Amino acid sequence: MVHALRRKLASRIMVTLTALSAAIAVSALLAVLAFVAIRGAGALNVDLLTQLPTPVGVPGGGVANALVGSLIVIGVAALLAIPVGLGAGIYLSEFGGNRFDDLVRYLADVLSGVPSIVIGIFVYNLIVSRQGHFSALSGGVALSIMMLPSIIRTTDEMLRMVPDTQREAALALGITRWRTIVSVVLPGARAGVTTGILLAVARVAGETAPLLFTAFGNPYWSARIDAPIATLPHTLFTYAISPYSDWQSKAWGTALILTAMMLITSILARRSRRFA
Amino acid sequence: MTTAERPLVTTSTLGLGRSDSAATLVRAAGAQAPAAPASAEATSTLSMHSMHVERLAAGFGRFTAVDDITHTIPARTITAIIGPSGSGKSTFLRCLNRMHEEVTGAWAKGSVRLGSEDIYAARIDPVQVRRRVGMVFQKPNPFPTMSIYDNVAAGLRLNQWGRVPTLDEKVERALQQAALWDEVKDKLFQPGAALSGGQQQRLCIARALAVEPEILLMDEPASALDPIATLRIEELMRNLVRNYTIVIVTHNMQQAARVSDRTAFLMMDDDRAGRLVEQGPTDEIFTRPRDKRTEDYITGRFG
Amino acid sequence: MAVVDGTERELTRSRIRIGDRLFRFWAWSMAALLLGLMLLLIYELLDGAWLALSTFGLEFLTERSWNPVSARYGAWPAIYGTVVSSLLALAVAGPPALLAAIFLAEICPRWLEPSVSFLIELLASIPSVVYGLWGLQVLVPAMRDPIQQWLYTHLGNLPAFGCQPLGIGMMSAVAILAIMVLPFAISVSRDVLRAVPNDQREAMLALGATRWETIWRAVVPFARSGIIGGLLLALGRAVGETMAVTMLIGNRPDVSSCLFSPAYTLSSQIANEFAESVSPLHVSSLMGLGLALFAITLLLNGGARLLVWRVDRGNRRRR
Repeated sequence: MVHALRRKLASRIMVTLTALSAAIAVSALLAVLAFVAIRGAGALNVDLLTQLPTPVGVPGGGVANALVGSLIVIGVAALLAIPVGLGAGIYLSEFGGNRFDDLVRYLADVLSGVPSIVIGIFVYNLIVSRQGHFSALSGGVALSIMMLPSIIRTTDEMLRMVPDTQREAALALGITRWRTIVSVVLPGARAGVTTGILLAVARVAGETAPLLFTAFGNPYWSARIDAPIATLPHTLFTYAISPYSDWQSKAWGTALILTAMMLITSILARRSRRFA
Repeated sequence: MTTAERPLVTTSTLGLGRSDSAATLVRAAGAQAPAAPASAEATSTLSMHSMHVERLAAGFGRFTAVDDITHTIPARTITAIIGPSGSGKSTFLRCLNRMHEEVTGAWAKGSVRLGSEDIYAARIDPVQVRRRVGMVFQKPNPFPTMSIYDNVAAGLRLNQWGRVPTLDEKVERALQQAALWDEVKDKLFQPGAALSGGQQQRLCIARALAVEPEILLMDEPASALDPIATLRIEELMRNLVRNYTIVIVTHNMQQAARVSDRTAFLMMDDDRAGRLVEQGPTDEIFTRPRDKRTEDYITGRFG
Repeated sequence: MAVVDGTERELTRSRIRIGDRLFRFWAWSMAALLLGLMLLLIYELLDGAWLALSTFGLEFLTERSWNPVSARYGAWPAIYGTVVSSLLALAVAGPPALLAAIFLAEICPRWLEPSVSFLIELLASIPSVVYGLWGLQVLVPAMRDPIQQWLYTHLGNLPAFGCQPLGIGMMSAVAILAIMVLPFAISVSRDVLRAVPNDQREAMLALGATRWETIWRAVVPFARSGIIGGLLLALGRAVGETMAVTMLIGNRPDVSSCLFSPAYTLSSQIANEFAESVSPLHVSSLMGLGLALFAITLLLNGGARLLVWRVDRGNRRRR
């Protein structure tokens, strides 16, 4: 009977430990978020959002060009990745059932595990070194490669959740296969697919490593696709590793903007998934 | 359920110990005398191997699965619980070793006495209850990462820290009781999942027997097996009943008629809660049912 | 032949079916594009690293010096730093990740579980640079003063703690990596644990096991290979993680047994030197590091996916 007590106690202790571990993970999140919120709020002002960067020591200045630059690069990435991702996802779910789609699924998994810096030097070799200059376009290509796996996977999964009876109903009406997919299957999975794309965008919006040698960064305004462009994460990186305290403070401000953007997107995306 | 309806007998040693002093025995006998049919069975209900269910109700959330069941399970008998699907047979069975409450939202009221002790009393540890009331499930569920030997030893190792003395003998005895020893003695250290379905189920029986329970609950133990494997399980049950009290849930009336000593028939009422319609010796239930619904069911008119 | 609305309706194939073919071809080519992309990726990496590989041969992997002045480049310090930092990070994050996953899958009340899972998943969506910034300004000072100083004074005779604490270095990189892989390891393990069929839990409970015994002796062993797969995936994450590590590890191509000293990882060395390298051999050597990094993550992910898939498939067969 002493055993029984000991076992009960051991069970209690371990169960408590599991709760504690979960609490540690949550408090790590809160620790990071708290610093970003507090120090970031101290650095946040209108200039940060509307002005160009200033040299060290010159007061004021902001990251407005990086804000616009990030939007451009992400926009390019989304434009490139969405059609490819949707197409591959549709292929897997609607035309699959052979060895090739096992391969494609496996490749999507593998690609999602390729380190972002490797994608960065790949695109550098592929585009930047051939063109001879850094560009917003190459940054967009790098991010689009990073978005692909999750768009493919969610499209595949979401389309599969549309019941076959709906496909059969449409086909039985004499509607062709592709019209069935476009006007019955895709709309049925719209909420899930949109969420997946949104999450993929949110995930790459904070990526820095693939942009280091592609979009490169730019202290001035630029909206050109074939020229180097500033992005939020890259600007944040430059400020963060600088030894100047006003730049470091701007880094916290930028971190707040970036984190808020990403958290809001992923919260919105998840919420829409829950309602879908 | 008020305290007045609870059984009088609640004394025991630590964590469902085995105190049956003469005084508690007498009181226990008094408490359940009205429910038990007069005969030799009345004395056997006092045994550690008997169970006595009184006004048991159980369910999930707002749903009541079984209601108002009062039933005695005499020692060293096989009791078959039969009834149409949805009549709460499994819920009732799972209340007998407090497995029912492992489902989220599950609740149970009333009393279930093991020997003289109410297993639903506040100070009772369900973990200890399950060591005395073993269970075999519908689908064979050996632990796939363990060998045959380790599967049987799993329950024994729980109660010991470090090496378990005489583990080999206990494992062998359990496998022999489950009539599996001869088939597996040369491959004790191979994975249990490699056995055939019928062997797996006997392995699960051996696993349950190894901790030396007094009662063995079986939830449709043969429903996933072929006829030959089913027959072996039934033979096994007839052998085991010399030392164990067995309660089996089955949807197969032939099986109930073949193996059981006593049969209880559950059926759901209009409120969808399962109630005990009739119970008694198996041959009586199957040849001279007193209730019209029992007769309809066993003659296959519904269910 | 039926005539409805005055038009003849034929059962023969009409030209509209070309739409189906085109559509199918488009979808197929998008899928094929992924295959092409992977092949191109491998080709470009090999092509970029070719100069270094042909100059140094396989010694590139084991050479310990990295010296742009004498034009000798070896990947060993970066490989060593990568392996040590990510294994240590996994050793730190693995146990609490498993426990937290057990909490979420087996213990946490149903009403609470989604919010905790959500918070932990948010942790995974914070950008790497933000972790880097937090690491530099919050973690490193805290590391240097109370923690590393204490270890140095009390355990300084151990090689791991036997050098001047700088804050920045291997130990801080390990700490930030551990925090970063934690949410990922938790969510993969949680999903694997959830997939364990209930009859396994019931079998153990019915033997008279306590809650923890049920989890530890039935649920976790059943999910074993999936959990290992999940931890390997987390390891792959740690191996490829770039920005936060670059900001914290100190960026020096040294092989040191001391945890306080600066080091390099494959990714941080690329991030740090790629833009400023001018000689073709230097660039190619960095490409070589990228190829090594790609190979390591490919191995880890390939193995991990197989393990996770096996659990999934095993379950499907049981059902």
